[in-house]
Amino acid sequence: MAILATRRVGRGSMRRREAIAGMLFVAPWVIYLLVFIAYPVLAVLYLSFTEYTILEPPRLIGLDNYHRLLTNDPALRIAVGNTIYYALLAVPLRLLLALGLALLMNMRARGIAVYRALFYVPSLVPPVVGAIIFLVLLNPSGPVSGIFTALGLPAPRWFSDPAWSKPALILLYLWPVGVETLVFLAGLKEIPDSLRDAAAIDGAGPWQQFWRVTLPLLTPTILFNLVIGVIYSFQVFDQAIVIGGSNGEPLESTLMVMMHIYRHAFRYFAMGYASALGVVLVLAILALTLLIFGTARRWVHYEADERGA
Amino acid sequence: MAHLSHSEASPPLAEPATPGLGRARSQRVLVSLARHLLLLAVTVVLLLPFYWMLISALKETSQIFVQPIQWWPDPPRWDNFSRALSYPGFPFLRFFGNSLFYALSVTVGMVLMSALVGYGFARLRFPGRQVLFVCTLATLMIPSIVTFIPTYVLFKQLGLLGSYWPPILLGLRFSPFFIFMLRQFFLGVSWELSDAARVDGASELRIFWQIMLPLVRPALIVVGVFSFLWTWHEFFIPLVYLTEREQFPLALGLFAFKNQRTVEWDLMMAASVLATLPLIVIFLCAQRYFLQGVSMTGIKG
Repeated sequence: MAILATRRVGRGSMRRREAIAGMLFVAPWVIYLLVFIAYPVLAVLYLSFTEYTILEPPRLIGLDNYHRLLTNDPALRIAVGNTIYYALLAVPLRLLLALGLALLMNMRARGIAVYRALFYVPSLVPPVVGAIIFLVLLNPSGPVSGIFTALGLPAPRWFSDPAWSKPALILLYLWPVGVETLVFLAGLKEIPDSLRDAAAIDGAGPWQQFWRVTLPLLTPTILFNLVIGVIYSFQVFDQAIVIGGSNGEPLESTLMVMMHIYRHAFRYFAMGYASALGVVLVLAILALTLLIFGTARRWVHYEADERGA
Repeated sequence: MAHLSHSEASPPLAEPATPGLGRARSQRVLVSLARHLLLLAVTVVLLLPFYWMLISALKETSQIFVQPIQWWPDPPRWDNFSRALSYPGFPFLRFFGNSLFYALSVTVGMVLMSALVGYGFARLRFPGRQVLFVCTLATLMIPSIVTFIPTYVLFKQLGLLGSYWPPILLGLRFSPFFIFMLRQFFLGVSWELSDAARVDGASELRIFWQIMLPLVRPALIVVGVFSFLWTWHEFFIPLVYLTEREQFPLALGLFAFKNQRTVEWDLMMAASVLATLPLIVIFLCAQRYFLQGVSMTGIKG
């Protein structure tokens, strides 16, 4: 903004020309925003109060859809439970893993760039391919079971035992952590070495340096990754449909909320009901995000109130 | 927690600068060795699933599921690839071409759109700019499933359902992310350059195209690579909006194959390699821009 203020202000006609040019530059996005985001959001709100099968025009039914999803949808309860179970484990674990990898990549070592590139490879693999690979890896006669057997342990039946299918999905989610790791690494790079030096001179060991300097200064990055993780994990779909199919096999243990919405919208063409489900999912994600931001004041360290390192 | 403790390995910078001491040097060599062992171990674990895909693509199905584990395909069956590519009912070459078409179309659109719009937000003042920018970022919070239902109806009414259009048009929904990123880049470019050109009477479009765009080339590459990757990965959109198998991208074709030909793991793995390799190649070519790009999208805005 400072740059803007120091700019020489031209005459009125130049300003108007600039304004017109500016609006023309952003016009493609404004059109896109209106057609593919603003309109659908309003439409889904409207549809959520209707019964709509596409074949016939939507028929207003008031709050019936919402009433049904609260009181009369057993599959939804299962899907919500599964999704929360999944997110509660997957999000923190993935955050920890990405942070650990970023710390590793931030080390000074020869050829670290090569390791960085290799760490990113799992994130290049398409999600569907990743899920198929894990189907092979965790297969009862696959390599992971082989390792379990070799160690004398009973191999979990990942895809036929409802108690193990979600852990399998979570494992799959933990594999491609490249983007979060890069975000963490960028955050780490922004912490000036001088701060850690100062801490070292004050006698802080590496462990203390991490807890007192690195981690507090990294909290804005953790917040960012946490919010993205929550938004993303509540919408898990690709991996779940490859592993559990659209019924969430075994025994609906991998039936996720997104799958439930997908089935109603595009299999049963209950667009009205699916819209209501979608609205509730968005509200839930929004509430969670606000909740996280609300707690942020307590644990996120902003540079303004920087304590001496 | 195990990962956190590794930070201990990074030495305090105030290492005693006493060169020549044999003990200090051998200690440094040891630390360096330990770091490489650690990095290597983590890399091996991370890449194991990837390696398993590669070797499984060269095995017979019975060799994939055999105890003890076969770590090397013996003999490597290269014909898995040709068999997968000529599999009746699953035109994998066609899927590959479709993936390429979707990914390239979205990439071109995304680079153009995010450059134009990012430039408008960064360098031109117009009424409502701030509000529009905040709205743009806010759309990133909207889960796609919500917009997909009305969009489905819209495409159906326009007769575009089952055409090549939905994956391309909806692929652009990640735009705000890249608009934001390019805005940050454009904000960093010197104002004297564009002011001088303006005084010389250059049009805004010309300033954008001939002066500014070349300056943010690395950022454009990052936008392009990410758009390509994410469109290639896309599964949900094709699943919902495509009806004809001839239009499937690889991700969806592979899913269909998996559902109907569950037992032919060798061919499934060969096709999986086919669906992954182009991304590896592109990533390796553009790798050095990545870190820069992510730090610019930056969290701190």
